[in-house]
Amino acid sequence: MKCRKCENKASIHMRQHKLALCKEHYLEWIPEQTERFIKKYQMFTHEEKILVAISGGKDSLSLWDILVKLGYQADGLYLGLGIDSGINYSHESQRLAEKYANENNLKLHVVDIEKEYGQSIPVLAEISHRGYGRPCAVCGLAKRHEMNRIARDLGYDVLATGHNLDDEAAVLFGNTLNWSSGFLLRQGPVLPASSGGLARKVKPLCRFYEREMTAYAIMRGIEYIYEECPFADGSQSIFYKEMLNQLETVRPGAKLIFYLNFLEAKKSGNLFVEKNVEQQNLHPCPKCGQPTSTPDLCSFCRMIEKARAEIA
Amino acid sequence: MTVKLILRDKEYEVRPGMALLDALKKNSIVPESVIATRDGEMITDDEVLRSGDVVKLIAVISGG
Repeated sequence: MKCRKCENKASIHMRQHKLALCKEHYLEWIPEQTERFIKKYQMFTHEEKILVAISGGKDSLSLWDILVKLGYQADGLYLGLGIDSGINYSHESQRLAEKYANENNLKLHVVDIEKEYGQSIPVLAEISHRGYGRPCAVCGLAKRHEMNRIARDLGYDVLATGHNLDDEAAVLFGNTLNWSSGFLLRQGPVLPASSGGLARKVKPLCRFYEREMTAYAIMRGIEYIYEECPFADGSQSIFYKEMLNQLETVRPGAKLIFYLNFLEAKKSGNLFVEKNVEQQNLHPCPKCGQPTSTPDLCSFCRMIEKARAEIA
Repeated sequence: MTVKLILRDKEYEVRPGMALLDALKKNSIVPESVIATRDGEMITDDEVLRSGDVVKLIAVISGG
């Protein structure tokens, strides 16, 4: 198979686009497309300060790599979750995040959850009795809370995450199975900032397949954590991704169409009647000041208080 | 000599002359879920596998 642009041997074939490219042209194509998506969805400008959530995985490191290559002001944020599970998972992912930052002379903020709040994510999950035996719900809650807090405290205009199309399609699939209309209406490439203190969140890689991001990281020589999070094994989102990939193999482009047509239907207003998120009576949490819809303390601060009470 | 496919800690053997896509399907490996490399270079799924080839498959799915 030959590269469409130069006739050299192709390194990747993207069947959903009927496009094969060699390494050189693929490494040009990905940033070009990312820039196109940033502009299309009005994610941010070159004048704004971007905080990129870095996990040490292929997507977040590639996103950082692309944004810097495109000339954006992008710093990184690594959250130490304290996940070990016999493979030093957090330690290794932090090492790779720091290695990438150092090698490319980039600023990486590192926040350790245990140092900040007294307990690692797995321990917080255990003592707060959240998440049906898995720490994933607590991990998600803590990440959302901390990413927003740090973006706000350090004066960043926007928070960027490395969610790819497979991530988005898996979430969409799960929410569609449950007809979770509230979640469906909030899903998209951009979550606007709220006047109450939620930072704008953007997903510049949301139209790339996970396979494409893996290919980018490999071709760029980015060293990323290959091992799966030990708690992700058997998770619902991975199951959905595998199912969607089986569908994609038989019907190339199925994942892309599923996601893009959803965005189109949402935008047209034909999917659901969109409510104003601001109308949900958000108020500042009396402890941390971040907006919350729950009465009194936000879910995160309640979890921390409960964890501290259990330990005391 | 056969062709060897390696995915994480598993090895699969296929006969030379097959295209990568057919080799993956024959072993129930979902093509969309892997990237294939040979001698450190990525190869496309129409690549015909040669005797003695060792193809390293990189799983692409992550997240929880």
